[in-house]
Amino acid sequence: MHKAEKVWLTLSFGMIIGFMLITGYQAFAKDMGPPSYGERIDPQKVDETAPFDNPGITQIGEKEYEVVMTLQVFSFTPNEIEVPAGSTVHFTMTSKDVTHGFQVADTNINAMVMPGYISKITQKFDKPGEYLVLCNEYCGAGHQMMGTTITVK
Amino acid sequence: MEAIKKEYWKDKANKALGISPEDARITKSYLSVAFIAILVGGFLGLLQGMNRAGILELPVWANYYKVLTAHGLLLVVVLSAFFTIGYFYAGLSHSLGGLLPKVRKMAWIGFWMKIFGFVLAVIPILQGDASVMYTFYPPMAAAPMFYIGLVFIVLGVWMLAFGAFINVANWRKNHKGQHIPIISFFATGVFVLLFFGSLPVAIEVFYIIPWAFGWIDTINVMVSRTLFWAFGHTLVNIWYMTAISAWYVFVPKIIDGRRWSDMLTRIVVIALVIMNITGGFHHQIIDPGISESVKYMHVFMSLAIGFPSLMTAYAMFAVFEKTARKKGGRGLVGWYKKMPWGDVRFLAPFIAMVAFIPAGAGGIVQSTNQLNQVVHNSMWVVGHFHLTLGMTVVMTFFGVSYWLVPFVSGRVLTPAINKLGIIQTIVWTVGMVLMSGAMHWVGLLGSPRRTSYSTYFDNATALSWDPYLFFLAIGGTLLMIGVLLQVYAVFNMMFFAPKGETEFPVAEEEEDATPTPMWTERWGLWIVLMLTLVSMAYVIPLVDFIVNAPPGSPPFKTW
Repeated sequence: MHKAEKVWLTLSFGMIIGFMLITGYQAFAKDMGPPSYGERIDPQKVDETAPFDNPGITQIGEKEYEVVMTLQVFSFTPNEIEVPAGSTVHFTMTSKDVTHGFQVADTNINAMVMPGYISKITQKFDKPGEYLVLCNEYCGAGHQMMGTTITVK
Repeated sequence: MEAIKKEYWKDKANKALGISPEDARITKSYLSVAFIAILVGGFLGLLQGMNRAGILELPVWANYYKVLTAHGLLLVVVLSAFFTIGYFYAGLSHSLGGLLPKVRKMAWIGFWMKIFGFVLAVIPILQGDASVMYTFYPPMAAAPMFYIGLVFIVLGVWMLAFGAFINVANWRKNHKGQHIPIISFFATGVFVLLFFGSLPVAIEVFYIIPWAFGWIDTINVMVSRTLFWAFGHTLVNIWYMTAISAWYVFVPKIIDGRRWSDMLTRIVVIALVIMNITGGFHHQIIDPGISESVKYMHVFMSLAIGFPSLMTAYAMFAVFEKTARKKGGRGLVGWYKKMPWGDVRFLAPFIAMVAFIPAGAGGIVQSTNQLNQVVHNSMWVVGHFHLTLGMTVVMTFFGVSYWLVPFVSGRVLTPAINKLGIIQTIVWTVGMVLMSGAMHWVGLLGSPRRTSYSTYFDNATALSWDPYLFFLAIGGTLLMIGVLLQVYAVFNMMFFAPKGETEFPVAEEEEDATPTPMWTERWGLWIVLMLTLVSMAYVIPLVDFIVNAPPGSPPFKTW
């Protein structure tokens, strides 16, 4: 093996390890890991199961809100969310039918919402504006209509 | 002296072996299906590009999601699989002294099983009963016929895999103490992966069928999704491995060079076989129900595949530089002038390789937890696999077709078709770069994949994506022109080009190459290592999904 190749392969290996270290540091020390909440739910009894029997937005602290949301073809419940700028919002979601995706454009919110599982994701909204919420997992004929907004004032 | 003699015999063998008409017919049939698939699939792709650009409203009978399901199936399952099989069966036939009669029969049975399975799957798609995409995630349920079709496609693939194993085993029995010829070594790796990679999806489909018929009420959504991705990502890496086999084995010969170190080439194959299947998990990085530590372990499993690819990157450019310098190329980078840029058999795979630099980097982004969350299910991902499959893999296939098709047809590549090929390569490159570049960008802004044109009720953010999405129509149009040129070239070379002899261009090793150690031939060990790694990756999450399963889901038809 040539010296140049050894250098190249060492760099390659170092790069991959570097990626791993940074990813691990961000995920475990900085709490930036991907949404991985593990609680299960009966997908056919979502409406009767707390907290999804009462979906909506509640204030749980100063500038801190919890949104309990169900996703179903082809809508989000609740579908009008309004919070003041600087709020931290905790989303707790599940699907009542097929697999959906929960994505908010211009933020890093991106989570799969699957029947039988509860997904949780948190975001701080600093900038005022109207954020587009959309389903990013194909869920049927009206998938392209499955969108709503979050208004930050 | 010994080396010269060895080479002389190899050269002789290369010329004499050619390909028998029976074996040639197998490859011609597989390649014909592959290029018909790209013709139809490409046209469906154009329809989608026009729709996403907002300039074409699809009629009800050609619903966007129906068209997208067919596009995915035709290009990911039909084009790639049929090309790979046709290509490697020609390689097996050439390097192992012809296919065994038994294997030839298996190749035909496999061919018709795949066609039959495909027809079964396409009927419900056309009827609108299977708009479930190529990933068919439960609890969306297609008509049972769709899944039965998939079973036949998988059984057909297994037939071909076992045919290849039988032929290679037979050769090994008769050539004790020798290395499997390099192209057959690649073929063995690819068919091992095709077999083991399609096992999980076979299990998934057997689990779905009784549910789709209504014999069982509910399904475990997470188990089926995980089984799918154990297959889904292996599949794309199989096409990639097919492409690099052409880079390592044939491209050096086309530029009048020598092959890269035989030992390192085989190590790359072994590494790809062992580490591939576990890579699929990065499709589930933002799924609920999987702990962060499991996801983190899987980042490593996915990134590990990057290492053999980086070995390949070095190898290819080293071969180019060495060859060019031998021809008198000078300077740090000035040697590139000595490369045969006017030869489509080189130009197309070369651009394919260059495309893999951003494509591979994008892949690393997607398999890394936090970065995946930014791009998951956005148009970025669509841009990524059009760069990897649409450029790296498919352009290599195109480049290969300019010698493989004449070789199996007993014809020659004419200067006119070569010129057409160069134009095709340029059109394709421009089309793909525009389209996939725009897809990456608009994906970062948030535009979702697998979604027909939508302004989300005239939302300002969604409207701001429109200028980028317009490139999908421009790129798609160029690509359609590229498809037409390519399909014309293939069938011209198959049936109308002047008769003559075309070489099967296997490059030789360097004269001073160190001999490859025999341990590289221990396929049993590689398979055991692969299965060990698969168990490490999948036992914990799968057991958790099954033992701690939520109540299952009934079937839904939401389209």
